[in-house]
Amino acid sequence: MTAPQAFIHLSGVRKVYRTGRREHLAISDASFDVLPGELVALVGPSGCGKSTLLKILSGLHPHDGGEVRIGSPSHPFDPSRDVGMVFQQPLLLKWRRVLDNVLLPAEILGLPMAAARDRARDLLALVGLGGSEDKFPYELSGGMQQRAAIARALVHDPKLVLMDEPFGALDALTREKMNLELLRIWKESGKTIVFVTHGISEAVFLGTRVVVLTAGPARMADNFPVELPHPRTLDIKTREDFGVYTRRVYRLLGME
Amino acid sequence: MITLDSPAARWTLAVLAHLGLVLVWYLFVELGEVPRFVMPSPQATFATLLDPNYRWWSNIAVTATEIFGGYFLALVVGVLLALVFTWSRTLEAIFLPLLVTLNMIPKVALGPLIIVWFKYGVFPNTLMAFSIAVFPILLTTARGLREIEPDLLDLVRSLRGSRWQIFTKIQLPGALPYIFSGMKVAAILAVAGAIVGEFLGSDRGLGYLMLQVQVTLDTPAMFMAVILITVLGMLLYGIVLLLERLLVVRDARLS
Repeated sequence: MTAPQAFIHLSGVRKVYRTGRREHLAISDASFDVLPGELVALVGPSGCGKSTLLKILSGLHPHDGGEVRIGSPSHPFDPSRDVGMVFQQPLLLKWRRVLDNVLLPAEILGLPMAAARDRARDLLALVGLGGSEDKFPYELSGGMQQRAAIARALVHDPKLVLMDEPFGALDALTREKMNLELLRIWKESGKTIVFVTHGISEAVFLGTRVVVLTAGPARMADNFPVELPHPRTLDIKTREDFGVYTRRVYRLLGME
Repeated sequence: MITLDSPAARWTLAVLAHLGLVLVWYLFVELGEVPRFVMPSPQATFATLLDPNYRWWSNIAVTATEIFGGYFLALVVGVLLALVFTWSRTLEAIFLPLLVTLNMIPKVALGPLIIVWFKYGVFPNTLMAFSIAVFPILLTTARGLREIEPDLLDLVRSLRGSRWQIFTKIQLPGALPYIFSGMKVAAILAVAGAIVGEFLGSDRGLGYLMLQVQVTLDTPAMFMAVILITVLGMLLYGIVLLLERLLVVRDARLS
């Protein structure tokens, strides 16, 4: 049974990559639902197919079996303009100032630029980069560049934001800080976010729901809601139920 | 204590170093009593500028035309060919290996052929400068256009961005630093190409002049010609550096 209000509905999704005659099963039987406004963390080791799953959700790769449905009558979804993406690297264009970098999706979609520019400024303020509009990427630290990348992912007001290990390249302290920032941005923007990570405690800390994927063979191992209170602060990590959640994931990934 | 941080200090030092070289040259010739036909003094060298028989201006104009003309042609053809290659993988697969082989031909060896085909004069020498300058521009531009982050491509594709948008917004500006790095190498080569062309066959230009005065062991004029050729090369290189400063963000420049 699917909850009628699900924004993303995956059931029995399968993905096979073919290189020559060889077949590689990237995902088998992934099934989970995401409610509108949820922040779902996909966690698993390298090669578990979590990035592949994001590419399927973004519409970049077709799936080979099962059902992928995004959008609902109350939350219609246009795959060409309702996806925002953040990657492990900020991938800002070096020759563009921060504001113009944030505007890239608006340019590609041909949105009215005056309104987009105002929105980009608001978003830069939201991600904590107010005043850096006219800087070049090289003038920003790694964490700040990633904030700009998040603003870029939001500029065309997509319904779904896909994040592929967005803080994986940052140092541990910046990463903690960005986790808190992401929760704030998520709350304020109200977006549905699918967040891929291999950090177990990051997944539990951020997610309203955690989906666990395992490698070899790639399959979905668990899917559970995280009932930790919001707004979440770092001391939540010392709570007993936080430990219960993380141990549950560790066990599935064969680390306990 | 001199600080090297300010551009003014660096410029001053650069000028002083050049003047220092002229001074060393002067002292070497004067104190060593070096014969004039072996190495002329700076005064003797610069004095040739006043002699109208050398027709400096017209010779400079000819050599400059060959260098700048060949270079400009190389830039246009090199970048256009690289663009064609990025737009058609098939054409690239056919022609790029061919061009790499052609690049291995010592362009100097083509000189006698070019003269057979085009007689001698400004045009074949321009062609010489072109043939030697075009490859670095073509190869670095092609490489720059290929260097595109797959994730960035995904980002644009997820928004159903067109190939033209990918090209104008990401590929071309991303390739600019590469184009400039090829242009810098090509600037040096274009000068060499034009002069070699003049050596092989011509009736005008600074290289031609050098051969003419060599017969009479007029070393001061030969020195002056070399200096002027160097100045032309520096001018071209300077223009390229200036354009790079204007067009390429500091962080994106390839050193």
